[in-house]
Amino acid sequence: MSKRQVKVSIYRYNPEVDAKPYYKDYDIELDPLDTKLLNVLMKIKDLYDDSVSFRRSCREGVCGSDAININGRNGLACLTDISSIKGTIILRPIPGLPVIRDLVVDMTQFFNQYHSIKPYVIDDLPLPERERIQSPEDRAELNGVIECILCACCSTACPSFWWNPDKFLGPAALLHAYRFIADTRDQATNERLDELNDPYRLFRCHTIMNCADVCPKHLNPTRAIGKIREIMVKRAV
Amino acid sequence: MTLPIMKYDVVIVGGGGAGLRAALQLSEAGVKTVVLSKVFPTRSHTAAAQGGISASLGNVEPDNWHWHMYDTVKGADWLGDQDAIEFMCAQAADAVVELEHFGMPFDRLENGKIYQRPFGGHMADFGKKPVRRACAVADRTGHAMLHALYQRNVKANTHFLVEWMALDLIKNDAGDIVGVTAMEMETGEIYIIHAKAVLFATGGAGRIYQYSTNAFINTGDGIGMAMRAGLPVEDIEFWQFHPTALAGTGILITEGVRGEGGYLLNANGERFMERYAPTAKDLASRDVVSRAMQIEINEGRGCGKDKDHVMIKLDHLGRDVIEQRLPGIREISLQFLGIDPVKEPIPIVPTCHYMMGGIPTNYKGEVIDGVDEKIVSGFYAAGECACTSVHGANRLGTNSLLDLVVFGKSAGNSVIDFVKTLPEARELPANAGEEALTRVTKLRNATSGEKIADVRRDMQVCMQQHASVFRTQKMLDEGVKRILEVQKRASNLYVADKSKVFNTAIVEALEFANTIEVAVATMIAARERTESRGAHAREDYPDRDDEKWMKHSLFYSNGNRLEYKAVHTTPLTVDYIQPAKRVY
Ligand SMILES: Cc1cc2nc3c(=O)[nH]c(=O)nc-3n(C[C@H](O)[C@H](O)[C@H](O)COP(=O)(O)OP(=O)(O)OC[C@H]3O[C@@H](n4cnc5c(N)ncnc54)[C@H](O)[C@@H]3O)c2cc1C
Ligand code: SF4
Ligand code: SF4
Ligand code: FES
Repeated sequence: MSKRQVKVSIYRYNPEVDAKPYYKDYDIELDPLDTKLLNVLMKIKDLYDDSVSFRRSCREGVCGSDAININGRNGLACLTDISSIKGTIILRPIPGLPVIRDLVVDMTQFFNQYHSIKPYVIDDLPLPERERIQSPEDRAELNGVIECILCACCSTACPSFWWNPDKFLGPAALLHAYRFIADTRDQATNERLDELNDPYRLFRCHTIMNCADVCPKHLNPTRAIGKIREIMVKRAV
Repeated sequence: MTLPIMKYDVVIVGGGGAGLRAALQLSEAGVKTVVLSKVFPTRSHTAAAQGGISASLGNVEPDNWHWHMYDTVKGADWLGDQDAIEFMCAQAADAVVELEHFGMPFDRLENGKIYQRPFGGHMADFGKKPVRRACAVADRTGHAMLHALYQRNVKANTHFLVEWMALDLIKNDAGDIVGVTAMEMETGEIYIIHAKAVLFATGGAGRIYQYSTNAFINTGDGIGMAMRAGLPVEDIEFWQFHPTALAGTGILITEGVRGEGGYLLNANGERFMERYAPTAKDLASRDVVSRAMQIEINEGRGCGKDKDHVMIKLDHLGRDVIEQRLPGIREISLQFLGIDPVKEPIPIVPTCHYMMGGIPTNYKGEVIDGVDEKIVSGFYAAGECACTSVHGANRLGTNSLLDLVVFGKSAGNSVIDFVKTLPEARELPANAGEEALTRVTKLRNATSGEKIADVRRDMQVCMQQHASVFRTQKMLDEGVKRILEVQKRASNLYVADKSKVFNTAIVEALEFANTIEVAVATMIAARERTESRGAHAREDYPDRDDEKWMKHSLFYSNGNRLEYKAVHTTPLTVDYIQPAKRVY
């Protein structure tokens, strides 16, 4: 079997030595088991150039480490099929966040937004001895939300997030805001809605759908944002 | 050169399930704590756990913790410490209810209680018939648990240092642990973290094998650090091979698939587990199923053109059950092999999954050294890096997530009591941090040497060939020779990247220094144990030998020396469960 070849062009920037970022090309020979982009990145690091920096851990799409901009589109390296990319593979850091080095971005902003929505169940009622009861239907409302791996593919693909990073919460944080509003065990829905009710935090979303388009877990933040709006409207009347 | 010093009451190394549960206990008690993690906490490998967490809630059918204890003792092939096992099983229900109270989104039964499914080795009435004990969030239980614990820590204002890698323990002349050396990955700077107590929750080391369900970050750092500090690792010859990992990739297919009614088939389409385990069948203990699969493959009944795997069939469960209870499995199978389990069986092989051994601790999470179990003052461990020992020679599925929360909490409580007794952190030794700094400097200055990838691959191949599902004296004797050769090469690594900022090549080299320690310990401890028990299956010694071998191994890297200590046979309140032959 003849070996397959790919060309990978990677955004390189190391603040210690580089005045500005540049792209470096690698011509890689693939083995039959190199099916995902992460295999290729690791091969580059192992065999060609150990200075290429990126994050990775689980290699199965559950840890959220390896969000990368792949030929203009955000995705996880470990879930991206090499065969799905035609021509040169062009890798950039996910956009809109400061670059620490190469494909590694500073996610502080993204996590701060997540933390700001109070991502935990608030329940001041005395807790029962056993589990709280929740019907399967109420629990089902959390499907499509709790699978989020905080990879930031969505938020860093969102124009409103790029333009108002300090004011607009971004799709991932809003998805989680909905997660706690929708959870029947949470008693703080009103406070949560009050905090979101401002021209920026929630309402900067222009339903452009980039977020749902790129989510590697097939989640739909736009839908969650829509649901929060619906609940707000209902509450207002 | 003097290193900058940071000071806390407690430093926890590890932000997975065990580290986060311990952190919560300390934060809520107002102890000045910092949690160090190589990765953002929710990226820890606990996120990959799929099938469930065990607790005898009895939500579906009668169950109680005595049966759970019996199953755990039996699963452990009588190498588990029965005081610790009782402690864990008796607390299980409270621990799971607590997770629900923390906001973990468990699946629900029609009556609104937590959903429970059958799992391997979970039996009612002291081993009589399968029982539904695994509490689940679809097939994403670990992810849901890790996020809930992280969220709870956000609420409790826990202080994290994310993408900080601990390099070494700091021990004073009296042998007390007084801190760690750590590297901030973003800057490459090295710090001393000075503390009254250190708690390790660094997870497993499944990356010593070529085929593994573990994440790349599971490199056994905690074990390496403890061994460099002169402490032993316990029962490290026992590694669990999970029966069902996706052939070719090592990605796990949860036992929950069999819990929901899936079963294994060989090339003849035979449901072969009926021959090996007439009662529990496909839900026998993991070591039993893995061995059965390996025998089928070795005897030529494997599937595929190389006859190197078997199949798991679940299409008969129907699309609804698969989509509702096993959506992640379907996604993985489609993603990585292009196979839709709604229609076709999935090819699987036994794959390295879990490290039963670890840093020796008692059920309070205190690290203990030597045959007489002397407490190492200021040092605690919990989770997969610890050997408490509840899993003995073979862990039951879903008992690890339980272990994380029960012993994470218990270790946290012990630390709280301990730090109260110390007004100040004990003094740092004069040479604190020197060893770690020397190692990093050597890597940064090396001008030649071997590539990590080459040495690491040779280690992984060696472990796979000489210490996997079946072992013999000849394999292990040769394995020891080979792995010691690899270890020599490991001290001569070359990293071309010399920069400081986020240098993941240096990180990999530092990780490898730990991983190789675990590999060497495994091979040598396995060579010495001339019996078959749980996951340690010797073809040349097929039987369990309680008289000679019902004892824990303690491996010290200094001189590659082994000692052995007694298994705890006095439970806390109940009667000792007498050894019996393990049949399923
Ligand atoms: C695919 C898979 C599925 C599983 N499914 C189940 C299941 O269904 N039920 C069950 O009970 N068990 C399951 N297990 C086992 C269980 O998930 C693990 O044993 C458990 O999650 C380990 O948790 P932990 O907290 O000990 O470590 P981890 O979650 O691995 O966390 C380790 C932490 O330590 C940090 N760390 C490590 N080294 C350093 C260092 N040098 N410096 C700083 N930080 C460091 C890491 O960053 C990480 O935060 C599964 C395991 C695998 C691999
Ligand atoms: S739908 Fe809203 S949140 Fe999603 S990308 Fe568009 S603007 Fe951003
Ligand atoms: S919603 Fe999807 S894309 Fe966004 S952070 Fe979560 S998993 Fe990633
Ligand atoms: S490596 Fe974990 S999501 Fe890709």
